[in-house]
Amino acid sequence: MALKEALKSGKFAITTEVGPLKGTDISEIAELAEILNGNVDGINVTDQQSAVMRLGSLAACSILVEKGLDPVFQMTCRDRNRIALQSDLLSASVFGIKNVLVISGDFPTLGDHIDAKDVYDLDSEQLIWTINRMNEGYDLAGNELKGKTNFFVGAVVKPVSDTNESFELQLVMMEKKISVGACFFQTQAVYDVEAFEKFMKQAAQFKVPVLAGVIPLKSAGMARYMNKNVSGVFVPEHMIDDMAKAKDKTETGLEIAAQLIRDLKDLSQGVHIMAIGWEKKVPDIIKLANLA
Amino acid sequence: MLRSEQKPFEEILGYLEGEDKIFILGCDGCAQASQTGGLPQVLEMKERLEREGKTVTGYNAVDFLCQKALVASRLRPQEDTIMESDSLLVLCCGVGVQTAAAMVKKPVHPGCNTINLGGSRGEWQGEERCMECGDCLLEYTGGICPLTVCSKGLRNGACGGASNSKCEVSPEKPCGWEMIYARLKETGRLDMMKKFIPPKSWNKMRPKSELLSTPIWALEQKDESREEGTG
Repeated sequence: MALKEALKSGKFAITTEVGPLKGTDISEIAELAEILNGNVDGINVTDQQSAVMRLGSLAACSILVEKGLDPVFQMTCRDRNRIALQSDLLSASVFGIKNVLVISGDFPTLGDHIDAKDVYDLDSEQLIWTINRMNEGYDLAGNELKGKTNFFVGAVVKPVSDTNESFELQLVMMEKKISVGACFFQTQAVYDVEAFEKFMKQAAQFKVPVLAGVIPLKSAGMARYMNKNVSGVFVPEHMIDDMAKAKDKTETGLEIAAQLIRDLKDLSQGVHIMAIGWEKKVPDIIKLANLA
Repeated sequence: MLRSEQKPFEEILGYLEGEDKIFILGCDGCAQASQTGGLPQVLEMKERLEREGKTVTGYNAVDFLCQKALVASRLRPQEDTIMESDSLLVLCCGVGVQTAAAMVKKPVHPGCNTINLGGSRGEWQGEERCMECGDCLLEYTGGICPLTVCSKGLRNGACGGASNSKCEVSPEKPCGWEMIYARLKETGRLDMMKKFIPPKSWNKMRPKSELLSTPIWALEQKDESREEGTG
């Protein structure tokens, strides 16, 4: 099912994501499209993820549309001004792309072109607002579009925070994003189900679908690395122990991810599986989680 | 005050390639405070250039190199020396280099890089900075400027990248939006967080031509309006 229809129908939606490679070789995306087709409701394509220059999300999304999938075109505010952003949105619409996910974007200094000029002409909330104006048939300058867009607009939220202030701020940001037109949310990876439940108790009032982020663990080292370096990711010690002791780390990592999905199923309207190199294993995770 | 740092000596030597007679010009204002172009640094540069086989024809450290009238009067006694030199090496901020270049009909080489301070500051300089954006948002942000305090300059709120209230871009610095949130909470104005700030007109950051033309425009404007008032 397509993402918008899946969420509207009340089905527990499954999305995953792929990151284009650096270069013109698209064989991997084509192969992943084959494997994931029929297994997921939507497939995000990251936009210069971690500020590392790669093939564009727009081109990769277009390939996925051709292959019969429902891509989610990720757009960061980092690299393009409002002219380029709106133009790419028109292009995306023409290519048959239906969903957009708006993010601020990691700062250039975190990526592989550290001397690049950061843009942020629009911030996330302003971009969401802009897309909704384009859906109504107008550009940001108020000019009428000859042929309007019809995007299903999503945004991101970090459900688990390390400070109370940050937790409250995330809820306010979520509310603001909804007020300017965000229709669904995908979250940072969740490992602490209790903390996620606490967030959802507050977020439920907004009545907007939330797809909980899931990243399968590959090793104890990866878990520790994310705890130290990735904002909003908190892998509990017992999971790190399980990974450290596991004989078959792949099996244990997939089982933990499947268990998380089973636990998150009653708390959210879907899951967003970010496999980070394990994209081919996404159908296995879905089966293990009894969602297939 | 403008902060500067000296360019790598190799880069300076590259600028001076093919030239022999160099006049060194420093500034006893900000460049002295930055320890990049005061008299001690000018003398040090003289020694280093001479060690590289250059002839230093003369030197001076003018206070302040951004003041054209001062530059003219202070350099007049050395006019002949300057005109006999191949070029000037200016140890100062970008303003001083441009002033020297406008005053002296000789090639002028910049010896320093001017460091960005993240917005202009008051005469008594603290942490607060202003981007001179021409469309002040401080009403909505608890009196803390999101353009200067947030690394991404986001107008509507946090990007979500902070860890332990520290910025994802510069982990030694607090998350600007968490500061704004805390201030709004403290002053009972959290409703401001919900207010959507529409796309900004960056066009308002472009200075008007009359603001670029003369440093005493404000006085001139005042005189004009006074004349209009009495007439």
